Amino acid sequence: MTLNADIPASPYADLTPPLTAVQALAESNRCLFCYDAACVRACPTGIDIPSFIRSIATGNLKGAATTILSDNIMGGTCARVCPTETLCEQACVRNTAEERPVAIGRLQRHATDHLFARKGPHLFARAARTGKRVAVVGAGPAGLSCAHRLATLGHEVTVYEAKPKSGGLNEYGLAPYKMADDFAQREVAFILEIGGITIEHGRRLGADLSLETLRAEFDAVFLGVGLGGNNLLNIPGEERDGVENATAFIERVRQATPDAPVAVGRSVVVIGGGNTAIDAAIQAKRLGAEDVTLVYRRGRGQMGATAWEQELAQTNGVVLKTFAAPVAIDAQGITLERTRLEDGKLVSTGERYSLPAAMILKAVGQTLAREALDGLTIAGGKIVIDDDHRTSLGKVYAGGDCVASGEDLTVQSVQDGKLAALAIHRHLTA
Amino acid sequence: MADLRSTIAGIRSPNPFWLASAPPTDKLTNVVRAFQAGWGGVVWKTLGEDPPVVNVSSRYGAHLDNERKLIGLNNIELISDRPLEVNLQEIIQVKRDWPDRAMVVSLMARIEEEAWAGLARRIAATGAVDGLELNLGCPHGMCERGMGSAIGQVPEMVEQVTRWVKNATNLPVIVKLTPNITNILWSAEAAKRGGADAVSLINTVNSIVAVDLDAMAPTPVVDGKGSHGGYCGPAVKPIALNMVAEIARNPDTAGLPVSGIGGVTNWRDAAEFLALGATNVQVCTAAMTFGFKIVEDMISGLSNWMDDKGYATLDQLSGRAVRNVVNWNDLNMNFSTKAVIDPALCIDCGRCHIVCEDTSHQAIRIDPGDGRRIFTVVNEECVGCNLCSHVCPVPDCITMQPEENGLPPMTWPNDPRNPMRAAAAE
Repeated sequence: MTLNADIPASPYADLTPPLTAVQALAESNRCLFCYDAACVRACPTGIDIPSFIRSIATGNLKGAATTILSDNIMGGTCARVCPTETLCEQACVRNTAEERPVAIGRLQRHATDHLFARKGPHLFARAARTGKRVAVVGAGPAGLSCAHRLATLGHEVTVYEAKPKSGGLNEYGLAPYKMADDFAQREVAFILEIGGITIEHGRRLGADLSLETLRAEFDAVFLGVGLGGNNLLNIPGEERDGVENATAFIERVRQATPDAPVAVGRSVVVIGGGNTAIDAAIQAKRLGAEDVTLVYRRGRGQMGATAWEQELAQTNGVVLKTFAAPVAIDAQGITLERTRLEDGKLVSTGERYSLPAAMILKAVGQTLAREALDGLTIAGGKIVIDDDHRTSLGKVYAGGDCVASGEDLTVQSVQDGKLAALAIHRHLTA
Repeated sequence: MADLRSTIAGIRSPNPFWLASAPPTDKLTNVVRAFQAGWGGVVWKTLGEDPPVVNVSSRYGAHLDNERKLIGLNNIELISDRPLEVNLQEIIQVKRDWPDRAMVVSLMARIEEEAWAGLARRIAATGAVDGLELNLGCPHGMCERGMGSAIGQVPEMVEQVTRWVKNATNLPVIVKLTPNITNILWSAEAAKRGGADAVSLINTVNSIVAVDLDAMAPTPVVDGKGSHGGYCGPAVKPIALNMVAEIARNPDTAGLPVSGIGGVTNWRDAAEFLALGATNVQVCTAAMTFGFKIVEDMISGLSNWMDDKGYATLDQLSGRAVRNVVNWNDLNMNFSTKAVIDPALCIDCGRCHIVCEDTSHQAIRIDPGDGRRIFTVVNEECVGCNLCSHVCPVPDCITMQPEENGLPPMTWPNDPRNPMRAAAAE
């Protein structure tokens, strides 16, 4: 039986296709080239958005890409995955009179795709070698951003990565409908073109690597270790077959190939209200699940996912069930209890119902894996840093999802890595 | 409902919108389509003596804005490249089928009386023509053969050719003027002296419209090379408006009927030409950009606007702005206007601030607002230059408001700050 005649030709295809040249021309000409533009102020990496869009309008696509990547070396990924509806595009002044912002994210992709498609020398040059050596732990957005900036400034960088591939969440944690094809790996290859960066895979902090050794062997250390752990539901049946962390599911989907896609159950229940839950739900639907239900214990207003993402899930056939808390999992599916808000507090109503589920994906938050972080001050589940991204341990800096620098977004991690690199550089060359 | 019937140099048409002598009026098929669409008249594409000219392949170059909107067009096409008799037979047929539309024929010849007179007589002999238009303007190709602008740039020749043609037939003669001169009045006065019933202007502006940076040649590129051509379209309208106004306010040419040409794209452009003294307008580029259907909005737009303003006929409108076109020396030095920014309409783009700050008078202040910046004009610094209002993307957000200063009007010649006035008084 055909599960769903409406599923896309390939579950691995882009949900939002690239702009055509004609669309990019029309859209770029909607930009007003604002002075001290609101979109730039809303971008965590401070990309000079009016300038890159003007370059697109004049046919200077390489210049546009250079503007983007100078501020955000992962501008290609951010163009695909940033919640622009709450960042640059929310700030766009075109909203005021027309209620339709310039499609900044898609234009950014247009420019960076052009750069990645063309052959040529790396955009950036390395400064004179400083002889300083920096260790970076984690080859995700924060780590690679930090490594690239350090290499540009003339330092030698060794990146330690536990997994077999670089890219972190770009490679393992973003649904393919956002990050189609091998873009994450192409972006890593682009970043490494700068030179001066060595990546050692299969090296995990706490296994064959210790903070103590790194501090002894390098002039500085940057930790971009992300959030390795997953929260538990703490309900009966959580350990059953067919129950999986959404992050693990997405990782399996990403590492599978389009010709042998991951099998999904006929009915899938995703628990959680953040981006990961939305990613897993939409991707499960695109992989052929007949019914996908996203269950969240509070209301839509409290979800971590933006209104745009919620709508995206709905238009892709995902049913959103709010005010429903999971209480048990069995062979048939999941039992939920209705909840409601009372004076801002979530309370149970005692009323229960069940949903059949062949597959249950948990997306109820990730946690910092504290092993091997001895000596670091940790508060609120995050590594504590100062304004220069310095941790409580000398020579050790940190950024990305493992610190509390802002929202847990790729773009924030890239900015953290960049700012930490600049701080390390100031320290090493002082 | 305003009466749009128009008469220029005795030539009547149901509305003041004619197609100018150019590719759209090259042959019967096009002209019939134009009349079906509602155009009031045509000036048939310039006829010359046989054998007809031969045109090159690739003929137009364009000046596009960022959004690929055509704001200027340039051509290196010559006059009609079809035999004279073919054109004349088609003219006869079109006039027979469309007797209420103006049929004017453009002509061009060597600077010899018999060439001009003979051609004019052959055209007049059709009995189908309401008037003649002398092409003394094409700035490319034909001028290298001593025709077009080669004649139009010499006032004595303009006068001579006009007289030859006037003497050859009884048809009204419209002299089409080239803008590629230092002073349009010299050519207009020469045409009047020669007996012209009207002038039409402007012909195209001599131009290189663009350079193909791969071919390293001007566009349009003809086998690796290009030539200067004739520029027209919305971008030349300001040049044309000034020349029309110069003729209208010059005592020696005042009253000489003018057919306004140059970038007329919509009814508002037409109203502006009429206000500066034109009796009707001729259109080419707009039709070549959008097709003939645009005349529908030209007619209804002009008619509706005239109704709103209380103009019953074109005569009531024509020339209404002429008396307000003065020399700089006649402007009121005591007049003061200031920009005012409406915060309710402002979308916070900051363009007014940065252009004033970078390129003008540092007269727009930014204050942090509640989520949106507040832009305020600093009256002491504002000179009323209008730049901010022009760059603002929101209509009516920045307006210019005259300042009451109680001072009487005073021109520069009477201004105490004028050193020449002080010298004259001594």
